[in-house]
Amino acid sequence: MTQTSLSGTTGNTAGVVPAVQIAGVTKDFGSVHAVRGIDLTLDQGEIVAFLGPNGAGKTTTIDMVLGLSHPTTGSVEVLGLQPRQAIARGLVSAVMQTGGLLKDLTVRETVAYTASLFADAAPVDQVLRTAGIESIAERKVGKCSGGEQQRLRFAMALLSDPALLLLDEPTTGMDVEGRRAFWSAIRADAEKGRTVLFATHYLEEADQYADRIVLISHGRIVADGTGSQIKALAAGRTVRATLPDPDPQRLSGLAGVDSVDVRGDTVYIHAKDTDDVARYLLTETRAQDLEITARGLEDAFLSLTGDDQDITPAPADQGVSA
Amino acid sequence: MTTQTIDPSLRRVPPFGGFNLTVLGIELKRMLRNRRTIVFTLILPAALLLSFGGQKGWDDKAGSGNVAAYILISMALYGAALTAAAGGSMVALERSLGWSRQLRLTPLNPVVYILMKALVALAMGALAIAAVNVVGALQGKAVMPTHVWVITPFLTLVCTLTFAALGVFIGYVVPGENAMQILGPGLALLSFLGGVFIPLDQYSDLVRHIAYWTPMYGVSEIARSVLTHDLPWYAVVNAVGWFAIFVAGAAWRMSKDTARV
Repeated sequence: MTQTSLSGTTGNTAGVVPAVQIAGVTKDFGSVHAVRGIDLTLDQGEIVAFLGPNGAGKTTTIDMVLGLSHPTTGSVEVLGLQPRQAIARGLVSAVMQTGGLLKDLTVRETVAYTASLFADAAPVDQVLRTAGIESIAERKVGKCSGGEQQRLRFAMALLSDPALLLLDEPTTGMDVEGRRAFWSAIRADAEKGRTVLFATHYLEEADQYADRIVLISHGRIVADGTGSQIKALAAGRTVRATLPDPDPQRLSGLAGVDSVDVRGDTVYIHAKDTDDVARYLLTETRAQDLEITARGLEDAFLSLTGDDQDITPAPADQGVSA
Repeated sequence: MTTQTIDPSLRRVPPFGGFNLTVLGIELKRMLRNRRTIVFTLILPAALLLSFGGQKGWDDKAGSGNVAAYILISMALYGAALTAAAGGSMVALERSLGWSRQLRLTPLNPVVYILMKALVALAMGALAIAAVNVVGALQGKAVMPTHVWVITPFLTLVCTLTFAALGVFIGYVVPGENAMQILGPGLALLSFLGGVFIPLDQYSDLVRHIAYWTPMYGVSEIARSVLTHDLPWYAVVNAVGWFAIFVAGAAWRMSKDTARV
């Protein structure tokens, strides 16, 4: 198990308390090790994507940041405070995908109810207007569409002007236009110092909107860097060829080759410049049936987070024959 | 990247763990909008009073009043207990809807949440007691001294706290809307056993000895004690004991629950 450490992850600016500081955190549920050791620091104003498949430990980690559960070992601090203390000051909000609403309250009552719990909250009418739900303020929550309920959840989350906002798959079900508007609003708030951590399993969205992507798998962080750094992991192409008695050492020595994988008569060569590899194979060896495939972001993602824990780019069979 | 930062020390924590009148007002409005609650709170106990209260011997002497007054107090207790239990069971229902989780992301202290729920349940219980008393007064059969009319409703209200706790407890054990399906018939059965609907001296010795141990017995003796001038020590032990059991049960289930909100 390796963590891909990418250079240039944001260092902590001196004197400013980090938005989130997770140190040596593990979380066990009985014999299940949901989180196996995470260290993560988020600076104020960062937009960070928390990327990983279901069951990777994303939700468990977010629950600990929200103070909904406690780490088995290690510590979690939000703006230098215990999570519960940060929440008591209205510094942390979260928007979940489903639930969290009472159907028999009106939209206005839901916002007023939530606002009354904070020491300082924006005026209810203003919040309704900003969220674009002023016209449905008197409607029962149960009669609102999924989109309207999601706007309501956002309105509730922004009431206390949180310094840290956690989002779970925030743009699911939004159209392209809605998604763009959503992210430009998030971006504007981040410039005022709000930190946003969003969970997703779409690399595309993470790459497009996050300053930083944290890839989590099997309860550990497997990569942490900017979108382009993560994409660099997926750079290059793979050459597959049928080659009896290959010489792996010789193949590895070719210019630009990252890795060589020999499976019987078949070789998989991952390289930045596959043209040279192909030329060599066809002219200098008895290689046949050449296939050259690009490795997409999704493949990189899968190889980093999948059960195959080896992050050296040794593609699985499906990856090459596709 | 970051142009500004946020200083967490400028943020305040709300007083009283988030306790406030806005929430109480919205919760009460919400209860009063619920047709099922209104049926349980206002209509059912009053209807029971009208059907039980007219039975043979209603004007026989009972303590410092008559049998109709005895029945009135019993029905008020039953209505308030049912209402408070229904209110208590909403805690678990709201948990299943993810609302409790939502509230955990606000400064609201979980104990304050329960306290506010209990206050709303008590307010609804008071409404049930008031409804029975008004209907009883209009019916004109119940006779009891003024101080009994005044003191008994408050005594009854205190007794309903036990059933608010029972509601929270059962709500956690039986998830969702099913809680009321157990609490409704369950409370009716306990009321029969505890001498709320039928005086215990009508039962055989065996049933009566079981009745002394059931949760409705103690509170009904207490609620009627101002009228009957009679309060056995074991009725008080019963009431305090069951209150402690239900509060402990509710607290136990809730503490289990917060481990995985």
